[in-house]
Amino acid sequence: MKPNLVALLALSAAAAAVFAADAVFTLPRETTALKPGPGVELVTAQCLMCHSADYISTQPRLTRTQWQAGVTKMQQKYGAPIATNSMDRLVDYLVKNYGSEPAKK
Amino acid sequence: MLRASAVSAGVLAGQWSTHGADEIVTLPFENGGRPLVKYPQKRPLLRLTARPPQLETPFSVFDEGVLTPNDAFFVRYHLTLSPPSMDVLGPEKFRVQVKGAVNKPLTFSLAELKSNFEPSEVVAVNQCSGNSRGFFQPRVPGGQLGHGAMGNAKWRGVRLKDVLAKAGVAAGAKQVAFNGMDAPLTPQTPDFTKAIELDHALDGEILLAYEMNGEALPWLNGFPLRLVVPGYYGTYWVKHVHEITVLDEVFTGFWNNPAYRIPDNSCACVEPGTTPKKTVPITRLNVRSFITSFADGAQVKTGVATAVRGIAFDGGYGIREVVVSDDGGKTWREAELDKDLGKYSFRQWTIPFRPARAGNHELKVKATNRTGQSQPFEPLWNPAGYMRNVVETVRVTAA
Repeated sequence: MKPNLVALLALSAAAAAVFAADAVFTLPRETTALKPGPGVELVTAQCLMCHSADYISTQPRLTRTQWQAGVTKMQQKYGAPIATNSMDRLVDYLVKNYGSEPAKK
Repeated sequence: MLRASAVSAGVLAGQWSTHGADEIVTLPFENGGRPLVKYPQKRPLLRLTARPPQLETPFSVFDEGVLTPNDAFFVRYHLTLSPPSMDVLGPEKFRVQVKGAVNKPLTFSLAELKSNFEPSEVVAVNQCSGNSRGFFQPRVPGGQLGHGAMGNAKWRGVRLKDVLAKAGVAAGAKQVAFNGMDAPLTPQTPDFTKAIELDHALDGEILLAYEMNGEALPWLNGFPLRLVVPGYYGTYWVKHVHEITVLDEVFTGFWNNPAYRIPDNSCACVEPGTTPKKTVPITRLNVRSFITSFADGAQVKTGVATAVRGIAFDGGYGIREVVVSDDGGKTWREAELDKDLGKYSFRQWTIPFRPARAGNHELKVKATNRTGQSQPFEPLWNPAGYMRNVVETVRVTAA
């Protein structure tokens, strides 16, 4: 093998290695949006800062008790900065839009 | 390397930014619509969630072969900042530390791990604890997965036992904790860390793996290094593992307690809708089997012999027997087991099927492992939706 070819191969191998290590993988965009309605801004601010909307939208029609437990878990176990006085509005929105009973009037 | 380069070329060409018209796969439970979305190094997979990513393998992949291709292997992250960006995972930056109750704390690059320790390989199933959660009745909150949060691969890496021996485990150590780069947005959220018993860590079976099916781990499956815990649920297979801490006490972190716990009884189950009195960490896979050659609702030809194929697996005793019924469970025949790739692998099986009459036929499959453990005919229930292993049914129509 000619020296210049060896050098060329070494160079291209090094370039390939750098390229792979430097690969900038881009994640596809989030495509799920929350249903509009009272409380959606609050849910967007307090829930979607940590996870995408499909964490909510793919759930089965959970009961009020289940949504309440879910939001409480996010606040107390996952440390989500959810103000206690906004809990009821969050749960109302989730139950009305993604739950199995109508929201309280 | 070629694959990674091809992918990065694809990234540069902007091929990941096609959205809006994703094909939808509908899993057979309420709210089961999932877009098929293409991620780096992956073919289009069922997207359960976008941030952090949770992707499910289309079920037809399991009929392609006994090993699940890397580009179809499921993806499951827990926390907001996941996956970590490639620039902290490359050879210049990535290091794994061994620390805690050891005589000599150590730090390795991937190249140092490869050159310091003898490689080891195992074919093993990685299955998410909540695989098939969407089928629970009554439904339970959590990731609403079909059956595609599992996969079988040949893993290559170094033995955890050897790495721990080099560091020297201190007398009185009890557990080993693994921190991966599955990281939260805020310091109030528990970082993803899992722990196992020291005896288990030293049994020689657990790998710090850097290859999967003969290639570097895909980015979304833990590149460049992940824990492989054969026979155990995926929650222990910590991705992008960068801290190994030997503990002289029992780990009390969130991800072992209260997360990933099952009822403390032999069925890991409770009366549907009730709460277990006592829980323990989830550990080994139970016995499962699936028909892969026919999807539910498939058409077959009356009077013509065909083959029913599928897979069976368990938590590491190995599959002894697979039986199949084509009459809804009234009669059963023994399937022929395919090549044995080891006790942690999928075991493929096949059985001839000739529908004698036109109309509907209910195919069922049931596996038994070498200790006699099998699958229930009625689903077991627990509030977290873990460890589903009921005898599954596929309905086909002969015409």
